[in-house]
Amino acid sequence: MNALLLPLADSKPGNQALTISLFTAVVAVTLYITWWASRQNKTTADYYAGGRSFSGAQNGLAVAGDYMSAASFLGISGQIALYGYDGFLYSIGFLVAWLVALLLVAELLRNSGRFTMADQLAFRMKQRPVRTAASTSTIVVSIFYLLAQMVGAGSLVGLLLGVKSEGLKAGVIILVGALMIVYVTIGGMKGTTWVQIVKAVLLMTGTVLITFLVLLKFDFNPSKLLGAAAVHSGKGEAFLQPGLLYGKDLTGQIDFLSLGLALVLGTAGLPHILIRFYTVPDSRSARRSVQWAIGLIGAFYLMTLALGFGAAALLDTGKGSAVAASKGNTASVLLAEVVGGGSGSVGGAILLALIAAVAFATILAVVAGLTLTSASSFAHDLYVNVIAKGKVTERDEIRVARFAAIGIGAVAIGLAIPAQKLNIAFLVALAFAVAASANLPALLFNLFWKRFNTSGAVWSIYGGLISAVVLVIFSPVVSGKPTSMITGADFSWFPLSNPGIVSIPLGFILGVVGTFVGRDTSSELRYNELSVRALTGAGAEGAAKH
Amino acid sequence: MVDEETGHERQARAYEAVHEAADFTELKRRYKNFVVPWTVAFMVWYLAYVACNNWARDFMSHKVIGHVNVALIFGLLQFVSTFLIAAVYGRFANRKLDPLASGLNAKYKRERRR
Repeated sequence: MNALLLPLADSKPGNQALTISLFTAVVAVTLYITWWASRQNKTTADYYAGGRSFSGAQNGLAVAGDYMSAASFLGISGQIALYGYDGFLYSIGFLVAWLVALLLVAELLRNSGRFTMADQLAFRMKQRPVRTAASTSTIVVSIFYLLAQMVGAGSLVGLLLGVKSEGLKAGVIILVGALMIVYVTIGGMKGTTWVQIVKAVLLMTGTVLITFLVLLKFDFNPSKLLGAAAVHSGKGEAFLQPGLLYGKDLTGQIDFLSLGLALVLGTAGLPHILIRFYTVPDSRSARRSVQWAIGLIGAFYLMTLALGFGAAALLDTGKGSAVAASKGNTASVLLAEVVGGGSGSVGGAILLALIAAVAFATILAVVAGLTLTSASSFAHDLYVNVIAKGKVTERDEIRVARFAAIGIGAVAIGLAIPAQKLNIAFLVALAFAVAASANLPALLFNLFWKRFNTSGAVWSIYGGLISAVVLVIFSPVVSGKPTSMITGADFSWFPLSNPGIVSIPLGFILGVVGTFVGRDTSSELRYNELSVRALTGAGAEGAAKH
Repeated sequence: MVDEETGHERQARAYEAVHEAADFTELKRRYKNFVVPWTVAFMVWYLAYVACNNWARDFMSHKVIGHVNVALIFGLLQFVSTFLIAAVYGRFANRKLDPLASGLNAKYKRERRR
């Protein structure tokens, strides 16, 4: 942990005050937005779907805000800073994945659901088993994703405030958790969406600024930046070529393919992204919001190249450096300090504080979005439709969602503390693998395969979910390697660090097998209705009228 | 005549009527004819990129301009193709899908009122 403190050794006490005041400002602004939004929440449609009144562009910003998490801002640039070109795959997979969402999922889902991912399945299936399954996988995927964000918050604040002890870091994580609970319980979807929009603007601005300053140092010549990164990394041209991180042997190559598959198929199964499509009035705005998101996210990922290679060219990334000690998670923030004028300079201090505050806003916003997603799914799917069987008032439903947010927040806090030493982008990739295995097969089959039925959905969701999670538990991520979460024991037998290549096909296969084993054909009755609704928007939930 | 039909039945009948409409068959056909080939195309293109990183490293390491190599250009082309496909789909959906969909949506509303 000492390595994390090195960059602060010569920073002036005034810099920390600046950092803390910017942090406080971010928190204050977002809390104000949340409070403001809460005064307009009246119905469940307001709480879960922001009244379905956001425009395509607004929601596009919010989608981008939800998607450009700490994994993108801190994780990807960190991977590039440490491993060069191989870190770039994340950017590409994360972006191409949006085509699956745009072409196959976004509009159809907008037309056929109400609040949660499960709504769309429950349309023609048996409510209770399907909602229970979809809600379980929503919560599991969200918790994986939450973990990654909390780890980001831990390393970020650890770096900035020079927090030494694990106890204080845990304190930071608890604080982030408490804040997100406030956002979600008070602001609901409308508050969370506005927080995402503000955060997306802040993040884009901050990234453009750092990219500009990095390129300025290299005369706006990308080749010069790449050359400097290659030399300074100590790895030479190999730093710009595939192979430093992935694919050293056949197992590694298959692992890389597995990661690539999980990234491209995960997005369209991420519950917190899917429910964003319910915040717009119709499918046309859902399409517009995905197009906006693709533009923003694409531009952002292009800039992560400058951030990552810039960090490699300008920072110490060798063994024992602060960047390496944080698994790359702190590269962007330290880079901001260097391009601002270096450690000890006023410019450096301001930029460091600014970018750290942006990163903190990013984490808060994404964490709020994820918590809202899982709380909504718990309240709307499990509590209302499974436990209380529909006999609940809207007020009670929202109250349950608020309690669920507190519970899920607590679980995420508890799990985030031991996961501190993993790279954020890597953790998120696991969430993508689980989403692609458990959610995507059921969503696609439900929309495009008439014969698909309740047991098919249940088999594919639980099958994909359990296989993905079990394979992670018995992979080198959890045990058996010096870099594993548990170092004392070795119970790994699955060689790949990403389970996608096994669990995604399994999710699809189990969907087919379950359908034929279940035999039930009652789900075919409403398929025509579902397809009419999905493709034309007939009878879809409209914007709330106030 | 007294209308004995419940709201739910009327709704189901309206959906059925839209489903039987020739325009709906056409909408489904247009959607599938666009989405299936493009999805296959971008998945193959993306997996080709992933595979080249694994199994065509000499090709990927070939320098093109300065320190910019094939691997980087291939990666950037994935960005270009994603932007292009998103734009092409948007145009297609606005021109070829939306008019049919809104016509059918209106038909659904008429049927429900009947």
